[in-house]
Amino acid sequence: MSLIELCGMESFTAPKIDRNFEDDISKFCGNFSCNMELGVPPFSNPMQLNQFSKDESGRDIKIQFDHGTTTLGFMYQGGVVLSVDSRATGGQFIGSQTMKKIVEINDFLLGTLAGGAADCVYWDRVLAKQCRMYELRNRERISVAAASKLMSNMVYNYKGMGLSIGMMLAGWDKRGPQLYYIDSEGTRTPGKVFSVGSGSIYAFGVLDSGYRWDLTDEEAYDLGRRAIYHATHRDAYSGGIVRVYHMKQTGWIHIDNNDCTDLYYKYQEEKEAIENRV
Amino acid sequence: MSILAYNGGAMVAMKGENCVSIAADRRFGIQAQTLATNFEKIFEMGPHLYVGLPGLATDTQTVMEKLRFRKNLYELKENRPMAPKVFSAMLSHMLYEKRFGPFFVEPVVAGLEPKTYEPFICNMDLIGCINQPKDFVVGGTASAQLYGMCEALWEPNLGPDELFETTSQALINAFDRDAISGWGATVYIIEKDKITIKNLKTRMD
Repeated sequence: MSLIELCGMESFTAPKIDRNFEDDISKFCGNFSCNMELGVPPFSNPMQLNQFSKDESGRDIKIQFDHGTTTLGFMYQGGVVLSVDSRATGGQFIGSQTMKKIVEINDFLLGTLAGGAADCVYWDRVLAKQCRMYELRNRERISVAAASKLMSNMVYNYKGMGLSIGMMLAGWDKRGPQLYYIDSEGTRTPGKVFSVGSGSIYAFGVLDSGYRWDLTDEEAYDLGRRAIYHATHRDAYSGGIVRVYHMKQTGWIHIDNNDCTDLYYKYQEEKEAIENRV
Repeated sequence: MSILAYNGGAMVAMKGENCVSIAADRRFGIQAQTLATNFEKIFEMGPHLYVGLPGLATDTQTVMEKLRFRKNLYELKENRPMAPKVFSAMLSHMLYEKRFGPFFVEPVVAGLEPKTYEPFICNMDLIGCINQPKDFVVGGTASAQLYGMCEALWEPNLGPDELFETTSQALINAFDRDAISGWGATVYIIEKDKITIKNLKTRMD
């Protein structure tokens, strides 16, 4: 018996039920109590993780997780507008045309997803939990600055290990409307106009040419919609549905969802009408 | 990434009752970037003979011009139109000439045999291995999806109108699951005394 104890084993004669259930959770399901703890391979330096991306003859192993997106957000006199596409691709294959890339964290906080789909979904959910915990502890809503810093600090712990996240956080707090950009490289910056993802170059083209601070609400929605639509047209890895959200002083509202096909033929008609007039 | 998937594209040909169809998407892009949506990948090579060349766009055009040249020489010498079977053999040999530095196209041939008007379809790999099934052939980056669609939709003895519907549905639903093909489609229905060419309205994302 003493040898067993010396070896650090508990009494195995006692039935397993007697042992503390909480112990099992903390030993075998660490992720339950601390979502920020992920399993890593047992190396002295887990950053060597990327050695697994090559096979024994040095060729790249193809791990193609969902990627490719266009998302945008901008501030104007009426608050913040967020607009996103809905396509999820793994390599060239289109896995989904109906993905929700805007996460409703709470009534005054919205996040957008770009990059690795699993990374974004997981960390946005952890962020949502953290924001709720803050609210319960402090009896007030978390500021966007604090929420964005929580997010960037969490993902910074895994820097260099292959996380791929590019998100925008939009919210309305004591200090008014806010828009932040956060990514898995550790960037966290406030700003007025952002676009993230493989189609962002096309979206920026439309957005920058139509952007003004004193846009009306309708003009702002249309600008966001058009920018995403044009990105979906040019970029193979963006498409599906264009979703538009508006962050107001009273919380966020969902404006509408439009299928890209409908938008294409609508804009085509408008273009023809203008050409016929000239 | 394979060079065959540099520009993207999808192609399908089907046999019907006394008719054949061949259809392709209209995208020309460089990897993720769509440059044009009016690119032709199917070419008329005779009164009842069409060839589709999905793959690397530069080779699509080069191979098409080389084929036209060789086919014209044949027809001048022989003073008769080239049969699809002969054309396919010629194309296969032309591709194998470049066995160790191939053209990056996976050709699809569709047509009717002269005189008998027997339907003919075949496809080959980039170095000219001919595959000549009795039902349908596919090519391009959405070929996996196309096989699935064709396997489900094709049936024997389709008339021209049914063949058009089957081919269009197979093509559209296949390339809607492929990021780098789509943006419009063209369908050719080849019958004894009529060729019908239709451009389809599709998703443009």
